[in-house]
Amino acid sequence: MYVSGTEPQSDTFEELAMPLFDRLYNFAYWLTQNRDETEDLVQETYAKALRGFSSYQPGTNFRAWMYRILRNTFLTSRTGLKATMTVSLDSDENGPEPASVSETPEAILIERSDWQRVQSAIEDLPVASREILLLCEVEEMSYREIAEALSIPMGTVMSRLSRARKMLAERLRR
Amino acid sequence: MVCESWKTQLDSYLDGELPSEEMHGFDAHVRSCTSCAADALARVQMKRSIQAAGKRFLPRAEFRRRVQQSLAVKPRRGAMGWGWMIPTALLATLLVVGLGVTYIGRQRADQEQHVYSELADLHVATLASSSPVDVVSSDRHTVKPWFQGKIPFTFDLPELQNSEFSLLGGRITYLEQTPGAHLIYKLRKHEISVFIFPATISQNRGDEHLAVTKKLSFNMETWSQGGLWYCILGDVSAADVHELAELLQRSASS
Repeated sequence: MYVSGTEPQSDTFEELAMPLFDRLYNFAYWLTQNRDETEDLVQETYAKALRGFSSYQPGTNFRAWMYRILRNTFLTSRTGLKATMTVSLDSDENGPEPASVSETPEAILIERSDWQRVQSAIEDLPVASREILLLCEVEEMSYREIAEALSIPMGTVMSRLSRARKMLAERLRR
Repeated sequence: MVCESWKTQLDSYLDGELPSEEMHGFDAHVRSCTSCAADALARVQMKRSIQAAGKRFLPRAEFRRRVQQSLAVKPRRGAMGWGWMIPTALLATLLVVGLGVTYIGRQRADQEQHVYSELADLHVATLASSSPVDVVSSDRHTVKPWFQGKIPFTFDLPELQNSEFSLLGGRITYLEQTPGAHLIYKLRKHEISVFIFPATISQNRGDEHLAVTKKLSFNMETWSQGGLWYCILGDVSAADVHELAELLQRSASS
């Protein structure tokens, strides 16, 4: 797994933040699903992070810090508000569990090698499930990093991730 | 189910999140159990598919340039070359003190303005949405418990029976990456936002207490009490904002 570790103290904000640009953009696009809104979100994230850079604690995880800013900015944006109101971020904690994952969806997946189906299925997930799945599988964050980025406890990371995987499998089975 | 206890940990195993002793145990088990091995293989395939499908969007070069240019101000952490200042230390000290006072004052004012702009944005964006609150209730005994476990503090809300104010509900909000409570009150046809955050959010700016002021055409009052920082913001009169502030202050101190 990719571990960003600690950053040298002499690094400038740009040196730390720009290598994350493509990944943050990709993550932001998955959240907003719209190019203009993605650009607004990424630009605002960088502006906020630059303004708040003095409050960033050297030695803590810079990547998780940036993702947390992006995610919080998204949550208070118009699209984020709409998305979280459609499906509350917390409502899925106690909601009914989807059927357990059997080998069927994976088998379908292997047979068809249909990554477009996977993309559609990810798009179709509620924001809370989509973001945690992407942070784990695409960004290859550890559970601890995800907990920092989403400001949730480790236990919630595991339960939300498990639920997201089951929901994705359900959608692939359809 | 076969190997139920193993299968419940299969995702943590494949995510590399099990302690090393358990990882070794799992490795040995997967090598000897065809059912778990098949399950692990299918999940690895799934992980790879998600990874491939998830790396999908790339920024335009022009957008990247624009953001990079906006970072022209480069705050540098840690060691800076202060050595050149030593010969002129005395003169510089006087200059720095003078400039420092001005700078800190200006920085605080800038930061303060930035925070108020964000709060005003939150207020407007929330009211513009189709469902501005996540917990819809005029009952403080419903709204307050809804925040339990969602924000890292608790707060008291006033009894409004003898006032013109009514509570519409609340939602979680964020300011400077800090989670807080956003409550919406109604007065006649006006909706008023009450933001509550840990008091640490105001300490750097030194604006724990601010009488009713006009910011961006909204009337606003802020104060710190019991380790929390409160901000009331709305398009009602200054007197109305202050009246609601007093109600909240009384309930917080009771």
